[in-house]
This record gives sequence, C-alpha cells and structure tokens, in this order.
Amino acid sequence: MSRPKLYGLMAEFDSPDALLAAAHKATAAGYRRMDAYSPMPIEELAEAVGFHHTSLPLVVLCGGILGGITGFGMQYYGSVFTFSQNVAGKPLNSWPAFIPITFELTVLFAALTCVFGMLAMNGLPTPYHPVFNVPNFALASRDKFFLCIKARDPKFDARATREFLEGLGPVEVSNVET
Amino acid sequence: MSVSDLPDVQLEQAQKPALIVGVGAAVLLVAMAFVGADRDQFFRSYLFGYVFWLAFPLGSLALLMLHHLTGGGWGFVIRRLCEAGARTFALMAVLFLPLAVGISRLYPWTRAGWAAEAAKHAPFKATYLSQPFFFTRAVIYFVVWIGLGYLLSKWSMEEDQTGDPGMHNRMEALSAPGLILYGLTATFAVIDWVMSVDPDWMSTMYGLIFVVVHVFTAMAFLIFMASRFADHEPLAKVATPSRFHDLGTLLFAFTMLWAYLAFSQFLIIWAGNLKAEITWYVHRGLGEWSWVAGLLLLFHFFVPFFILLNRPIKRRKQLMAKVALVLIVVSALDVFWIVTPSFFPAPTIHLTDVLAVAAIGGLWLWAFAKQAQGRPLVPLHDPRMEEAVEHGA
Repeated sequence: MSRPKLYGLMAEFDSPDALLAAAHKATAAGYRRMDAYSPMPIEELAEAVGFHHTSLPLVVLCGGILGGITGFGMQYYGSVFTFSQNVAGKPLNSWPAFIPITFELTVLFAALTCVFGMLAMNGLPTPYHPVFNVPNFALASRDKFFLCIKARDPKFDARATREFLEGLGPVEVSNVET
Repeated sequence: MSVSDLPDVQLEQAQKPALIVGVGAAVLLVAMAFVGADRDQFFRSYLFGYVFWLAFPLGSLALLMLHHLTGGGWGFVIRRLCEAGARTFALMAVLFLPLAVGISRLYPWTRAGWAAEAAKHAPFKATYLSQPFFFTRAVIYFVVWIGLGYLLSKWSMEEDQTGDPGMHNRMEALSAPGLILYGLTATFAVIDWVMSVDPDWMSTMYGLIFVVVHVFTAMAFLIFMASRFADHEPLAKVATPSRFHDLGTLLFAFTMLWAYLAFSQFLIIWAGNLKAEITWYVHRGLGEWSWVAGLLLLFHFFVPFFILLNRPIKRRKQLMAKVALVLIVVSALDVFWIVTPSFFPAPTIHLTDVLAVAAIGGLWLWAFAKQAQGRPLVPLHDPRMEEAVEHGA
C-alpha cells in the first residue's frame, strides 16, 4: 500500500474565539481553501473563512419563477382550454382567482429548490469524508473547534502550513488523510 | 463624533424646525379653510393627514408590546423610540378635535334622515353610527392608548432607575391584554373614522389592513431614527448590523403581510361581485384611480420585496434608512388611495392635503423629538439586555 495522500491539515482549538482568530489569520496569510467546524453557530465564521458568495439564491429564484409559471399555467390551461366553465359570468381567464395557487407553487418550488439545491451544491449526502480520519474530530460536535486547510489550496505546503497552524496556538495539528 | 451629534442634541435641534413647519402649515391650512371657503376640502385633507400620522404612535405602541411579549435583540434597538412614540397620544387626541368639528361634513351618516333610512335594512348600523356613540368610542380609544403608553413608559423608566426586575414582568403582563386592546381599538377606530365615510360599504379585513399600515409605517420610521443614533453608546452596543438585519426582515414580513391582506380583501370582494362592495374596487382599481393602485402594487410590494430580500442591504443602516424613508412615503400614498377616492372620481391632490400632512406631521415629530430626549436610548436594566448584547456582535 502506498502512503495515504494528504487531504489537508487540521488544527484543533479550545474556544470559538481562538478558531475565529485563526480563521482570520489564515485568510490574511493568503489561504483560501479551508473549512471550519464548530459545535454551535458562530456568526462571523463564514465570512472569516472567506465564504462570500454562493449561487444558491439565483437557483432558488429560478425555482420560484418556474413554480409561479407552473401554478398560473396549470390553472390557465385548465380554465381556458380543457375545462372552460362560466362561473358567475366571469371571464375564463379570471386571474385574481389564480393568484393564491400561483403564490403557493412559487413558494413550494422555491423552498424545494432551496433544500435540494443546498444539498446538491454542498455535495451531500457524503457517506465518506476524510476529516473523520482525525481521531479527535468527533469532538467537533461537542466542545472543540477545528480549522482545516485543504491540500488543494494553492498556497498549501505540508511543512510550511503545519508551521503556520502551530503558530496559531492550537491544541493539536493533525494530518487529514484521504 | 462631536457633541452636536449626540442623540439628545440632534433631537433638541430637530424640535424647533418641526414645530415651525407644523404650526406654519396648520395656520395656512386653517386660513385656507376660512378664506377659501372650501371647508369640506379642509376636513377631507385633514382626515387623510390624521389617519396617516396616527400610524406612527399606534404602530410604535403595537411593536413595543410585541417586543415585551416576544423578546429578541431587535427590540432593544427601537424600544426607547417606541416608548417615545407611545407617549404622543395626548397630542393625537387634541389633533382629533378638528375631525370632531367636521363630523357632519365628512360622514354621510350624520345627515338628517340617514339613520331612519338605514334602520329599515341595517338596524345595527343605524344604531352604531350615531354621533354620541361615535364620540364615546373615540374617548375610549384615546383612554386606552394614552393609558398603555403612559404605563409602559413609566415602568420602563422605573426599571432604568431602580433595576427592579419586577418591572419587566409588569410590562410583559400588561402587554398581553394590551395587544388585544390595541387590536380592538385600532380596528374599530379606522372603521369609525375612515370606513364610515362610505357607510354603505363594508369589509371585515379593513381593520387588519390598517394594523399593517401602522406597524409597517412605524417600523420604517423607527429604522430611520435608529440608524441616525446607532453609533452612540449605549445604543451602539445593541444596534449592530445583525440587529438592522432583523429589523429589515420584520419590515419585509410586514410588506408581505400588507400584500397578503390587501389582496385577500380584493379577492373576496371580487369573487362576491356584489354591487354594494365591488364599487369600492371598481372606483379605486379600474377607473381613474387605477394608476395609483398600480403604483402601490409596484412600490408597496414588488420593489420592497426584492430590496428587502437582500441581506447585504438590510445589514447597512445608511441604506436601510433611505429605503425606510421611501417606504414611509409609499405608505402615505396607500392611506391616500384608501381615504381620498371616497370623495373624488379622479386622482386629485389639493394643496390642503400637503398642508395637512405637514401640519400634523410637524407637530407629531416635535412631540416625538421632545419625548425621545432625556432617557438612555436602550433600557439599561432589562433582564434580557445582557443576552441581547452578547448575541449582538
């Protein structure tokens, strides 16, 4: 067996503040491909690891528009073409009556696109992820805070990055094997 | 930051111009009513101006009680401003007097013979819309509003001075029945003062639409005021981008609620298509007034909907202040579109409309600026403040 390839380097911290400070320093040092793990939400963390832009809102908008068109279209098609009924002398295309369903389907499509789009763009479900090879990583859902700089970061260098992480005052720095 | 930026100094400086505009416009307005002899128009314009500005104190009171019941960091940013707004009802009661004087010019049900005619097919309406009962109800509304504003402000100040945590429980205990009372008085008040201009027309959703007008307008105003003072301690501790984000999200919710209620009322009346009801919408939505309705659809729903979806906009207070100002103007247009078409077949704006808004607005802003001074802009000893500050960053 060949020596396992490196996925990245993982530093373990004791407090959310230490993790936040480390993430800021790593960004300042030029690292871009990293991820942070914490047992609870830390508001500024996403920005600190350089998570700025996601195209999910655009996808959701498209889902919503598609839902609106579907909702209105189904009612228009049914009322005007296939099952035309004269209701109280109102026109066949009685659009005010179509609005509630149009709205509902807009919300439904947008919400479903949001959930499934989020899962797809996050690459979930992921049955296997290398970070779990770090023995202590289970504590990320209890009381420890982790910062992982990935090997595919252009600035990554197994030795220099390890030295950098050790300079941030972590509890421990471990190799993350793939 | 210099001393002249301090909230109290800013508020004090704003008082004089507000009073000058208010009194000046009021004098002009009254003069026009006497000289121009168009008394009817004076009262019509005054009704519009009054109903619009009433949204500021009523919305402040409602949001204040809502926050006492629900908690949350957003409320601490605006709470003292809400309390200041809720202490202005005495002025609003005085400003109600011109409407009382003009009652026979504004409301068709005051005319001789109306009650006898209405008693034949709607006996309850004939009894309800009588002058003594109308004034009794108005007195009840103002007693409730002044009382709620007074007690909530008084206890809040005592909490500041003594740090007694029992005050918080008192305010919470009053806010629950207070919100119910607000809901009843606010909806009955607009039915009395606005809907009865068309005594033959009715909608059960009408009162709730005005509740949304209140909280929407007040929230926009409070965001604007909070953004001006957000850099000063102690407000700076809680008025973080996250909290402006929360306030913007609430404003977004009110935008949605407005659209939902306004559309629901329309859909129900459109589906029923009864002659007595549909005329209200034929007049406002299909005739000469239809372009105003279109403007509202665009600027009261679609534009704020897409603007307030944006997280980066909501987190920037200067931008939110501008959005809020525009939405206050849009809300005035909304009230105008509800009130004024009852009197005119086509959109007409009179000088008196502008003067009435300036007069009542100037006086109200003067009272608000006066009330907002002299107290810390956040409740210092609220038991939930510490938590709010911790999560504010």
